[in-house]
Amino acid sequence: MSDSIIQARAVEKYYPQPDGNKIEVIAPTDLDVCPGKIVALLGPSGSGKSTLLRMLTGLSKPSSGEVLWHGKPMDGQIPHVSIVFQSFALFPWLTVLENVEAPMVARGMGAIERHKRALKMIDTVGLDGFETAYPKELSGGMKQRVGFARALVVEPEVLFMDEPFSALDVLTAENLRSELLELWMNKKMPTTAIFVVTHNIEEAVLLADRVIVLGRNPGRIRSDFEIDIPQFRDRKSPRFLAYVDYIYKTLTRPDEEASVPGKAAQPGDAKQRERTKFQMLPHARPGGIAGFMELLADRGGRDDLYKLADELAMDVDDLLPIVDASVMLGFAVLHEGDVEITPEGRKFGEADIQMQKQIFREAALKNVAILRLIENTLHAKRDHAIGEEFFRDILDEHFSKDEVERQFETALNWGRYGEIFDYDSGSGRLFHREEADADAVSILGEA
Amino acid sequence: MARTWQPTRILGKGPWSLLPAQTWSVLTDFVIFAGGLSVFYVIVVLARTWFGPFNPHVEISRDPTKLPMYAAYSLLRITVAYILSLAFTLVYGYVAAYNATAERIMIPLLDILQSIPVLSFLPGVMLAMVALFPRHQIGVELGAILLIFTGQVWNMAFSFYSSLKSIPRDMREAAQIYRFNWYQRFTQFELPYAAIGLVWNSMMSVAGGWFFLMACEMFVLGDRDFRLPGLGSYLQTAASAGDTQAILWGIGVMIAVIVLLDQIVWRPVIAWAEKFKMEQVESADAPRSWFLNVVEHSRGLIKLRKRMLRPLGERLAMHFAHQHHAVDEDAPPAAWKVWTGRAIATIAVLAVLYAVSRAIAMLTGLNGMEYRELLTGAGATFLRVLAALVIGAAWTIPAGVVIGFNPKLARIAQPLAQIAASVPATALFPIVLFMLIRIGGGLGFGSIVLLLLGTQWYILFNVIAGAMAIPTDLKEASALFKFTRGQRWRKLILPGIFPYLITGMVTASGGAWNASIVAEYFHLKDKTYTTVGLGATISHATDTGNFDLLLASTIVMAIVVVTVNRLVWRRMYRLAATRYTLDT
Repeated sequence: MSDSIIQARAVEKYYPQPDGNKIEVIAPTDLDVCPGKIVALLGPSGSGKSTLLRMLTGLSKPSSGEVLWHGKPMDGQIPHVSIVFQSFALFPWLTVLENVEAPMVARGMGAIERHKRALKMIDTVGLDGFETAYPKELSGGMKQRVGFARALVVEPEVLFMDEPFSALDVLTAENLRSELLELWMNKKMPTTAIFVVTHNIEEAVLLADRVIVLGRNPGRIRSDFEIDIPQFRDRKSPRFLAYVDYIYKTLTRPDEEASVPGKAAQPGDAKQRERTKFQMLPHARPGGIAGFMELLADRGGRDDLYKLADELAMDVDDLLPIVDASVMLGFAVLHEGDVEITPEGRKFGEADIQMQKQIFREAALKNVAILRLIENTLHAKRDHAIGEEFFRDILDEHFSKDEVERQFETALNWGRYGEIFDYDSGSGRLFHREEADADAVSILGEA
Repeated sequence: MARTWQPTRILGKGPWSLLPAQTWSVLTDFVIFAGGLSVFYVIVVLARTWFGPFNPHVEISRDPTKLPMYAAYSLLRITVAYILSLAFTLVYGYVAAYNATAERIMIPLLDILQSIPVLSFLPGVMLAMVALFPRHQIGVELGAILLIFTGQVWNMAFSFYSSLKSIPRDMREAAQIYRFNWYQRFTQFELPYAAIGLVWNSMMSVAGGWFFLMACEMFVLGDRDFRLPGLGSYLQTAASAGDTQAILWGIGVMIAVIVLLDQIVWRPVIAWAEKFKMEQVESADAPRSWFLNVVEHSRGLIKLRKRMLRPLGERLAMHFAHQHHAVDEDAPPAAWKVWTGRAIATIAVLAVLYAVSRAIAMLTGLNGMEYRELLTGAGATFLRVLAALVIGAAWTIPAGVVIGFNPKLARIAQPLAQIAASVPATALFPIVLFMLIRIGGGLGFGSIVLLLLGTQWYILFNVIAGAMAIPTDLKEASALFKFTRGQRWRKLILPGIFPYLITGMVTASGGAWNASIVAEYFHLKDKTYTTVGLGATISHATDTGNFDLLLASTIVMAIVVVTVNRLVWRRMYRLAATRYTLDT
């Protein structure tokens, strides 16, 4: 372990709440980055991939635990690393050349040396002739090439990439990925290790020597394994598919402990997690769930997840929430990376729109705690209305600020679709239209 | 080809430098340097009078040949005030954005400072400055400059602050991971990121600056005359004398100066700032400027940039980069720094407490009559501002919508309206008043006309912009469903322009309160025209040197403005932002 460049020891990220509770984003995690390897960090959205990356690069301090750089604590210093960003993060007012030169200006390198190095790197990433162009004149793929040139020109020890290809179209991403791999294999890349964060399973299996799969709520390592297929890999080979299938299985087994060898769950751990755990809604739209049910019914009621994803050209991030939601609502069950429709789900998929709403409403009230809570509260209140703050406060205790927004939005979507309640965005109040109307009528009648 | 032709991009690179623009370039060089030289000469001449002896009775000549000189005086005041504002903006915005403790005080403070009617500062500032430089003209000049400064600085500071706060996280992290030092961060990504907001706010601020300058060039405090030679005093003198020809000359020069400023300063700056836009793709109709083209093709300036500016920038960048490496950035701040910070904070708090206690002492000195005057005045001015807004909206909404829906008309009407709007209302006050008196109207209603003069344009521009922004498919849908005229207005046009209308009304309302100080109380031809109103109270208290009343009336006005903003405009803003935005 002594040869690892970066080593994270029990790093943890949480946000303390006013009431003394804490919202845990990342559970204590050990992780190391070793020379000569490409590591892929894979996980669904909300699993804290980016947070982990920012702790490893020194951009963000862990709440507890420490990150070592060549065995020494980082102490808030930025180590000798680079990041390639999903959004490119180029400076639009600087030319390609100036963008690539900027990190060297920061290091106080003289103009001539700087210029020479930048030109060479621009040439390496294949942007020769675009030195004086501004980023907005370039296509997405070319912009990311500039991002790579800027990252590599300082010859970082570790090159971090935060979903570098997910803002690009499929073909461009494929092209850029294989070029990257080629540079790496031919040792043309002035870096000793690569750490790539992604939510694309195939990308991880294609690139990485080692894959770390994160689970969520809170983020933690579910699985950490080497991929022993030599480069360059064939996507259709059975071994490749076996890895993809294995990752799908890991990702869709949310409540079981991942069987990471040599690491038994600590007894105190589970209890603490129990306290902070709250049913988390997957961010899927009811329409999407209905469409998925129809599709599943048409395909005989059962299918392999990665085949579905492949055929629908959907990322894990798009498909998994829909699958999770179907499972949560009792419309589907998962078996080892396969998804199977339930009788309820089949009924839901085949019903007409009014009937669909009815079925959705029943399933939601039966299975979704927050919707049940809203329904009961509205029922109990005399005016059958309540401010959204009430529910936000409840969510606040369990989720980070952004997640509260997403949770609330999803709950709203589901509740409105199932006609469980109505919502007035102007006043921010949830209300029960029929009951409120019925009461109004009865009061009028009495008078 | 024409679309992508961007002179900024390809300066001196590629085939474009071979264009047959070379003979032309020598000529433009000559013109540019001649222009630079003459600007320098004028500044020297003006500065000489600034540091000359204080002249308490400046005679303003009505001779049109003196006008260029007067215009230069006014311009210089505006320029100096703007430079001060910019410096203040950068410091204030930077500190507020990066120091969380300071932010909590500085941002609400900014909100309040914005609402204080600037013109009521005038007497205090003038007296202080003249006391500071009793024997030089510069005292009065500085007073005027400080006043313009207080009129234009707040929105710039706020714009800079909010730009800094909204820098995308990725970009900030890129700067951090690549270890940008303070200087590089500032020049390569903070300042560029804030540039567009800063440019637009500067333009608005300078337009507002003219408004105040015109008012304070003819400042009288009791029996003391702080007259300054300038365009504002020229116009007022001409109106006082009823000299129509001089009035026309004055307005002509005023318009010329504003159009010139627009062409030589703002257009080029806007066109240049285009490169700081955070857009992913190049927009087709980017703003252009002929003057920017000329400047960028001037070979002399290119040489200057290559030989002097670039090496200088390089030198600076290297200096800060090496310095940055020498010091450990994350070391805890030295003890003396912490203590100086605390000392400054303590002194500031004590100073504020002292000022507040003195102010309260002054306010208790007022008698019941004066309090009643304040209240009725506030009511009267409130009604006047309301009337000006209603009248303004009543004609600008239909007119703006017609112009906005008709691109051909818009192309003609917009620049005209822009010129009309850019003439500071205070410059026109004496003339309008002069005419009102001829018709025989009193200042009670006349002041509404004056308020309207300054504020209607804000509404008009915003309505035009709003009408243009209504998507064509919505217009087509309303035609398809055969909406009646009433339905069309209620369902499409009014909701569509609502956010813009509110923006215009907010600006107009603020402007109207400020303008009431000059509109309700006026010296013309040795006579004082006045009416009941808070603005009149402020002006009258200024005139008679009743500082207790001046302070009280200023505070009342600030309170009314802040309250109206909080209770009405902020809610409307929120409504506009949540319900009436067109992007889904």
